[in-house]
Amino acid sequence: MKIPQISIFVANRPGRLQTICKSLADANINLLSLTLADSGEFGLVRLIVSHPEKAVTVLESSGLAAAITDVIACEVDAGLGGLAKLLATPAGQLQIDYMYAYPMQHEKNYAIMIFRFKDPDTAIDALRKAGAKVLSRKDLLGD
Amino acid sequence: MKQTYWNDLNGNFFPEMALDFMPAEKLREVQLQRLQAIVKLAFDKVPLFRSRMDEKGLTPHDIKTLGDIRKLPFSMKKDLRDTYPYGLFAVDMKDVVRLHASSGTTGKPIVVGYTQQDMDVWAEVIKRGLLATGFRRNDIVQNCYGYGLFTGGLGVHGGLEALGATVIPISGGNTERQIMVMKDFEVTAIAGTPSYFVHIIDVAEKMGIDFKDLKIKRGLFGAEPWSDGMRQYIEEKTGIKAYDVYGLSEIIGPGVGCECECQNGIHIFEDHFYPEIIDPETLEPLPDGEEGELVITTLSKQAMPTIRYRTRDLTTIETTQCECGRTIRRIRRIGRRTDDMFIIRGVNIFPSQIETALLRAEKALPHYQIVLDNKGNMDTLEIKVEISRDMVSDSIGAMENITKRLKHSVEQILGISVTITLCEPGVIPRSEGKAKRVLDNRPKT
Repeated sequence: MKIPQISIFVANRPGRLQTICKSLADANINLLSLTLADSGEFGLVRLIVSHPEKAVTVLESSGLAAAITDVIACEVDAGLGGLAKLLATPAGQLQIDYMYAYPMQHEKNYAIMIFRFKDPDTAIDALRKAGAKVLSRKDLLGD
Repeated sequence: MKQTYWNDLNGNFFPEMALDFMPAEKLREVQLQRLQAIVKLAFDKVPLFRSRMDEKGLTPHDIKTLGDIRKLPFSMKKDLRDTYPYGLFAVDMKDVVRLHASSGTTGKPIVVGYTQQDMDVWAEVIKRGLLATGFRRNDIVQNCYGYGLFTGGLGVHGGLEALGATVIPISGGNTERQIMVMKDFEVTAIAGTPSYFVHIIDVAEKMGIDFKDLKIKRGLFGAEPWSDGMRQYIEEKTGIKAYDVYGLSEIIGPGVGCECECQNGIHIFEDHFYPEIIDPETLEPLPDGEEGELVITTLSKQAMPTIRYRTRDLTTIETTQCECGRTIRRIRRIGRRTDDMFIIRGVNIFPSQIETALLRAEKALPHYQIVLDNKGNMDTLEIKVEISRDMVSDSIGAMENITKRLKHSVEQILGISVTITLCEPGVIPRSEGKAKRVLDNRPKT
């Protein structure tokens, strides 16, 4: 149920994001989600892509340092208070390192949230018990 | 491991190796005879040496014991520049069969010459080093030292041929081809600079090649100081044994000394190269076991006899005998050179200290470069560290911790504040010969 997410170390200089996107596009790898985190000195680009393992190889051959970490994708009711309701369950008490919305056209009433939990296995259990739909790699990446 | 005189552990007989096990009294006798002859040769044929002897009121007859070597004048790199190109040669050019030259980054290059006998000695000492580190004639050896004016490539080549190994004279560069050759030619051993080999390891990793699937078992590395941490890194990453060979062009090139399989210091082939340790400030000789500058006298070199050459390498002469049983003395591996030292905010710093600190913090050797600058009348020390795949995390906090860890480790060793800058892979130029670790951008005063 864990989804591989790619993290890429980037120096703060122009054109780095373009290099990443272009090398993935050239290798026919589809970007499903992208977020940026930065420290002022450098940044991390976090990606969810259609072929994660291949993507790491492609990025490395473009001279980038990339690594895979596991995240959890789960459907959240897109209606008012949907996320609040989910986080009110025991799942909300677990340590979440970060999370962000996954902007993909899914079913109308649902958004996809990407969570990075400190302990993903416990989190998957807790989310399921809370009635949330945790997406598998196949659901999300289609492979 | 106990070596039985000049037979190796498999009972093979190597006459050259016997010289490493010569009884100490016999060795001192040979050294004295050769010293007397070399001083006479230099006195008769090299005007600079003659004038320095005259200044001290010395003649070759004043050398009656080995201890008398301390009376002799020192020589240094500057002498080679001042007498460029052939001023220190002691033989006629018709007897010189080979010239080598240094790269000359600081002005004119230095030129060194060899007679046929010098070439034979050179091949012999490298062969002895190869034998001591387990190279045998059935080895297929990739020689990545640069071929050409640099003494590394052709020097090691000669020793490998003397051994009878299969030599692949690939020289440096074109790393992907190096790896292809290593795999396809079933290379069993390699020679080159340690920094270039680390680069080969990186590239092989990117190409998805595991050293443990290759036939390579040992490597002879030298031409630049490298730390024990770097050796550990090389050995753990590749499963090969990494040995240190020592030398300098001014003396002969690689082969002045070499480790044995015990890996606990460099045996100097002292029947040809007489070692002393001096205090680099007072120039007074230091007893064995104390650290100072290594000074070498060539005992057999004809084309360019070199008396008491100040190597700028800092080391000690070991006082204990090596487990291998060799009677020729050992020096501690060179970690520092007086030349490499830089001074920042009044503190003397060696690049090797920074390397040790980085290794201690990361348990792996990242590519790094030391950048010195001056900002607002204050010297600054920046260490650029390349991020590798293993270091990447999805958390900014974890990445910032790398910086903190490195900074803390370096500052603890150096005692001054430094800046750590994380860089993307490939930003720091790779060396195909000797690594250039320090970039000094400070205005020259």
